Amino acid sequence: MTLLDLANPTRFLSLTAKVLPWLAAATAILLAVGLYQSAMAPDDYQQGATVKIMFIHVPNAWLAMFVWGVMSLSALGTLVWRHPLADVSAKAAAPIGAAFTFLALVTGSLWGRPMWGTYWEWDARLTSVLILFLMYLGLMALWRAVEDPTRAARAAAVLTLVGAVNLPIIKFSVDWWNTLHQPASVMRMGGSTLDKAFLIPLLTMAVAFSLLFVTLHMAAMRNEILRRRVRSLQMMQAGQQAA
Amino acid sequence: MQPAAITESRNVMESAAFRLVGRALTCIRGGREIFADLGFSLSAGEALAVTGRNGAGKTSLLRLIGGLLKPAAGTIVLEGSPDESPPAEQAHYLGHRDALKPALSVAENLRFWHAFLGGERDSPPAALAAVGLDHIAHLPAGYLSAGQKRRLSMARLVAVRRPLWLLDEPTSALDTAGQALFATLMTDHLAKGGLIVAATHAPLGIATRELRIGGAA
Amino acid sequence: MTALAALIRRDLRVALRVGGGALIGVLFFLTVVVLMPFALGPDLALLKRLGPAILWLGALLASLLTLDRLFTADHDDGSLDLIVMSRAPLELACAAKAVAHWLAAGVPLIVATPVLGLLLNLDGQATLAVALTLLAGTPALTFTGMIGAALAVTLHRGGLLLAVLVLPLSIPVLIFGVAASNAAIAGPDGFGAPFSILCALSLAGLVIGPVAAAASLRHGLD
Repeated sequence: MTLLDLANPTRFLSLTAKVLPWLAAATAILLAVGLYQSAMAPDDYQQGATVKIMFIHVPNAWLAMFVWGVMSLSALGTLVWRHPLADVSAKAAAPIGAAFTFLALVTGSLWGRPMWGTYWEWDARLTSVLILFLMYLGLMALWRAVEDPTRAARAAAVLTLVGAVNLPIIKFSVDWWNTLHQPASVMRMGGSTLDKAFLIPLLTMAVAFSLLFVTLHMAAMRNEILRRRVRSLQMMQAGQQAA
Repeated sequence: MQPAAITESRNVMESAAFRLVGRALTCIRGGREIFADLGFSLSAGEALAVTGRNGAGKTSLLRLIGGLLKPAAGTIVLEGSPDESPPAEQAHYLGHRDALKPALSVAENLRFWHAFLGGERDSPPAALAAVGLDHIAHLPAGYLSAGQKRRLSMARLVAVRRPLWLLDEPTSALDTAGQALFATLMTDHLAKGGLIVAATHAPLGIATRELRIGGAA
Repeated sequence: MTALAALIRRDLRVALRVGGGALIGVLFFLTVVVLMPFALGPDLALLKRLGPAILWLGALLASLLTLDRLFTADHDDGSLDLIVMSRAPLELACAAKAVAHWLAAGVPLIVATPVLGLLLNLDGQATLAVALTLLAGTPALTFTGMIGAALAVTLHRGGLLLAVLVLPLSIPVLIFGVAASNAAIAGPDGFGAPFSILCALSLAGLVIGPVAAAASLRHGLD
């Protein structure tokens, strides 16, 4: 099995039809194990039980950035290699990435309430993730704005790559802006190395969420391919009736 | 107005024998196949009239040659062009729209394309005279009628020399005198070894070969 | 080079003649800034403190508004096809158009700053600082915005969608523009560091903007 074989949408459909149930099962099991481990993890001596939000929050935040990476690779595939599945992958990933980013924001906010005493703090990390969320929404708006998927794909690919270059700059600027406005009033997580009792559930959850992304992404790509087939069938039908 | 003859050919095009060849071209737009496996070849001094029903892909073919669209399959080469440059850089494209700025004067519009396109050139005033617009060179292009705007676009083809002319319904807005003038310009261009690909419904007034696309109408 | 100079000259002429958009941008800038005291109250001390931020927001919105038609105007009249086909590299042609736009629409904003600074109770030094940061930062806004303007050609629409796509990208320019202005006015941090970063953003935009815009135009002319 080479990448070229996968490039064929029909091959992709038949292959993923076989793989998808196993992936879904693996995701479910790992997620269950991860949740159990998280529940069994000891309370933090400072944060108490709220530390357990971390096991959901950190994988979501990690995936929020990872998905943009996946979309950037897909964008390269669209613009440089004109890979037939690349824009399908990019389009399918955007709403999933937005969902992970949204969950990272919500869990971060819920975590912030007991820790900082407020749901929202213009903290550098939260602000950066909020901007990332805005960019996901903009990208999705762009996908929806154009009827022709190949045309939308190219525009979205350019914007995704520009975003990939710009995101580190935005992160850096927000860090700067934040230190300028509120010097270290916010209590920060991390710094100390994580105890094994926290690390193992966190890693399990990270792997589980990554698998969840792969499963959802694959399913969304299948849907998108089928949606495009329906579209071209309908266009053929319109052409026949005209002739 | 009698078109001033374009004298003094600088013999740019005769030096190289151009040949435009398209092989196995497939064009897909918006997920719809416009045409497939289309081939043609055109030698120096020849004109090709592309015909076919609406939506058969006449404009798409011109835009493929001009590099404005990418073919899904197949190649287009202009044999004999210097440094293997793509056909687009050796071509003039006269589309449905005239590429004029209404706020600029007739002369300013032409002078801009003259300077921007570069390469082998004739003087803009001479080109304006050739299309019979020299007496209104100072007026804003926005004041011109559709036929006059068309003539101004034609002046671009005269002012800047390119071996390949891609014309999309070139005579649609022109009156009889304008069509005759354009036929003269095209004959002149072909005589100098130029090539013309024109998408058209109406006869162009010059000898052409025909490429029919999209099957029976 | 003559080709690019010709393009800049043409765009400047079109922008400055009747129907051109250059002066509308300044007018919009003026209106936004005049509107602010109605929302914030005519408290001169408050306006003085928020002045740089108001001026920067106004400039950001004004440059975004005028960029909308940067490529769509050429697309609508067919010029864009010829520009893409020409022998001049498309990236450089895009950069030339951006330069022309900045000269026609960006520079007037900077020139108008001292007048607006008076309305916001900014003293001479503060006005000078804001004008300097605008001079260094508005090119970055133009180059970021041109990516959106090129996408508008592909999408056949601009306006709100364009703003949604471009505004998050211009956050760094806003941050460092306002930071440098405030540093010059109130201290205690230096003016140099944020100002240098602002210049760096403009230079980075000079590279990224034309390349991204050209890529978008090449793929979007269907």
